[in-house]
Amino acid sequence: MSAGPWREAARALRADKGGVAALLVVALLVAAAIVGPALSPNDLETLDWTHVAADPGFAHAHWFGTDRLGRDLFVRTLEGARVSMAVGLLAGIVSLGLGLAFGAVAGYVGGRTDDLMMRFIEIMSGLPLIFFVIFLNVIFGRNPFALFFAIGAVGWLTTARIVRGQTLSIRRKEYIEAAIASGARTPRIILKHVVPNVIGPVIVYATLTVPQIILFESFLSFLGLGIQEPRASLGTLIAEGAGEMEAAPWMLLAPGLFLVALMVSLNIFGDGLRDAFGQRR
Amino acid sequence: MNDPLLQVRDLGVDFGARAALDAVSFDVARGETVGLVGESGAGKSTLARAVLRLIPASRGAVLWGGEDLLTCDARALRRHRRDLQIVFQDPLASLNPRMTVGEALAEPLKIFEPELAAGQRRARVDRMLERVGLTVPMSARYPHEFSGGQCQRIGIARAMMQEPKLLVCDEPVSSLDVSIQGQIVNLLADLQREFGTAMLFISHNLAVVRHLSHRVMVIYCGRIVETASCDELFAAPAHPYTRALLAAVPDPTRIFEAPGPDGAPAPARPRAAGEAPPGGEIPSGCAFRDRCAYAQEACAAAVPRLESLGGIHAVACHRRRELVYS
Amino acid sequence: MNSAPARTATLCLESLRVSYTHAGSAIDAVRDVSLAVRAGECLGIVGESGAGKTQAFMAVMGLLASNARTGGSVRFEGEEILGLAPDALNRVRGSKLTMIFQDPMTSLTPHLKVGVQLAEVLVRHRGASWADAQRAALRALERVHVPAPARRLKQYPHELSGGMRQRVMIAMSLMCEPALLIADEPTSALDVTVQAQIVELLRALRLDSGLSIALISHDFGVVAGLADRVAVMYAGRIVESAHTALLLRGPRHPYTDLLLKCVPNLRAPRGARMPSLPGQPPAASAASRGCAFAPRCPRASDLCRAERPLLRGIEPESEVACHHPLEP
Repeated sequence: MSAGPWREAARALRADKGGVAALLVVALLVAAAIVGPALSPNDLETLDWTHVAADPGFAHAHWFGTDRLGRDLFVRTLEGARVSMAVGLLAGIVSLGLGLAFGAVAGYVGGRTDDLMMRFIEIMSGLPLIFFVIFLNVIFGRNPFALFFAIGAVGWLTTARIVRGQTLSIRRKEYIEAAIASGARTPRIILKHVVPNVIGPVIVYATLTVPQIILFESFLSFLGLGIQEPRASLGTLIAEGAGEMEAAPWMLLAPGLFLVALMVSLNIFGDGLRDAFGQRR
Repeated sequence: MNDPLLQVRDLGVDFGARAALDAVSFDVARGETVGLVGESGAGKSTLARAVLRLIPASRGAVLWGGEDLLTCDARALRRHRRDLQIVFQDPLASLNPRMTVGEALAEPLKIFEPELAAGQRRARVDRMLERVGLTVPMSARYPHEFSGGQCQRIGIARAMMQEPKLLVCDEPVSSLDVSIQGQIVNLLADLQREFGTAMLFISHNLAVVRHLSHRVMVIYCGRIVETASCDELFAAPAHPYTRALLAAVPDPTRIFEAPGPDGAPAPARPRAAGEAPPGGEIPSGCAFRDRCAYAQEACAAAVPRLESLGGIHAVACHRRRELVYS
Repeated sequence: MNSAPARTATLCLESLRVSYTHAGSAIDAVRDVSLAVRAGECLGIVGESGAGKTQAFMAVMGLLASNARTGGSVRFEGEEILGLAPDALNRVRGSKLTMIFQDPMTSLTPHLKVGVQLAEVLVRHRGASWADAQRAALRALERVHVPAPARRLKQYPHELSGGMRQRVMIAMSLMCEPALLIADEPTSALDVTVQAQIVELLRALRLDSGLSIALISHDFGVVAGLADRVAVMYAGRIVESAHTALLLRGPRHPYTDLLLKCVPNLRAPRGARMPSLPGQPPAASAASRGCAFAPRCPRASDLCRAERPLLRGIEPESEVACHHPLEP
């Protein structure tokens, strides 16, 4: 019976009812976003002139109602959710990958290299986020992938700092010394000895930043810098819905509630992950 | 000594302004075990790491296979590491918690014999596991599932995978229960017999050093103060510090006269007063003079050098010719 | 528990049990320990790591983790203290009943000066004024032979050497003239020359003040120099207890015998195998039928594996739990 560190964390997580429930909610929301639009007879872009700004109902097959242009909100909300989640996931992966590589190298190699790398991060951190996003938008056009990259490219900075901190804390540990004494070269040490031992807290952090990324994307889209028509993201939908709040509140409620549910459950799950890892040994 | 395996010449390590290690010179011959005894802070671990270039040395040379390990390039150093291995004091800490035992043992093979197929690697790992007294199924488990003694066996197995010519043992049994220490010491002795590995055995535990060593060096405040054959050191120690160290080990034959509640007076034993001075406060001249029962004014003037008493027995004491111990 | 008439014991443990539940399985750190430390006596408790020695005395001090379950009885100067609320326990803990640990670095507060930590004991427990307490702190350091005591009072723990820190710990534990000092591996982290000094210090303090000591160690050498009686623990139980001299001259339990053989001996012939116990001590979670030591015992029989031997008094003040005890 092998009780590897991952398995023990998994066991601790399973015992945490709140975390499990949150994970189920996230899974449900993801499933809804993927499968949901197929269930509806409507699609993303079709303008239904007969039901402009209609209330939610079953009679006209617009389950969440329609927006100002007669587009079905059920499909748009779920499609929007899909986009937001994709952004969150992709940007999260980019930021994790970049941050991990950068932080592990800086932390392990140390010395002048570390100094240079950290100066670079500090300069990048000083750049206003919005300028950077605008800059990338200008270069890559209104490409959603550019958006992912922009957000990920910004998020990796903090990940890098965290990874570097974790790496520094294990740098002097005896098993790293043992690896050096065994004749291992630096790439092997970083890949086999540093990364597996720092990735725990980093994954937890990454999980907790996905909601932040989604929120940031929503914010950008709200400002008009993110997803463009006719595609939707939760942010753009919320922007539209905010304008119609008095007359047609469901236009705000649908995407808003979805976003809240997603963020809260991701946060709770992230907390559960962190506790599960903390309980190891 | 003809054709020694390892030659350390004038090794010195400074941490900031203080010299943690100074003017250390010794040889290790093939198949020989050299013991290094001293108390905490004396520089034993510093010596182990400096010799293997795990920490940078400030002065001196470490000659091995015709090269100076301290100045050779990184690739040559890695090549040499195949024959120069180390066993650490804290067995659990020296194992990567995220690697199974099998993976940890396979790593030296992946580094130095990358041409091996997975099956061959597996066979070598299994063989070594059994050689150190563990079982094959243990290779799938993680270090934290094992006891201290078992972890140390794993550490030794890892170090022996490439059948190194020299094994540096840095306090390998100090964190183990007395009842388990013997197992590990006997294992090391067996492995030495089987593979002809030389050892630099570092410990503060005199009985353990005595069991394994052919020659013994005593280190105090970063300097070697005495070196002799094992028998000679324990039978006729020449340095006051060595004598105090030996006297501090409780004598089992005296245990049988344990004091009653009123306490029996203890016979006069050579005592070291106080403790080893912390790094920044080493006295001038002989570092031991503040604690030495035989210190004189001359002892403050100059650092005593290791001088031969005859044969390989050497001692660093200004009064070595005068002092006659009972 | 020995039926011999005992002077009033300062500390009396009766059928003490300590267990934990983790991931569904039970861990019995202490299975059944009964012992007594009499006034002015030093009791040595010996055993390998994991035998439950520290856990038993952490239970006495009320320092167990919150998920620990205890059973049995702990009486200090006649009063039951097992399971007492922290407030009630603090009346005796730290003043009349004190404990020192293996690593003084982690027992001393790093950001407070030594003098403050020492004085604080008297201020809190005896309501002394700071000035009086400071004077008492200086005297306490002198008593434990800390060199340059006035200077040490103003220093921080990390500025002192290991031996000095342990002396400070001892001084701190003696501030209120305790009836019992529990010393958990007090010398294990120290150099051998310093170990000898600390043992001498404890011996002198005992003679001086009639202090009782419960000395926990895995090193028989240390215990032999200090203890009047010894209790040997294995897998959460006591397997033998006797007067030190008797135990050392003629151990009855095979485990004690093997442990004694492992004591470092500079006069043993070189080249022989270094004595050790085979295998390793059982995990606290392992529940066994029969004697827990049977797997490692050279004298184990089928009876030993089937039935756990009970602790039996064989002479006054001696007990052993073995089906085949050694002859004296």
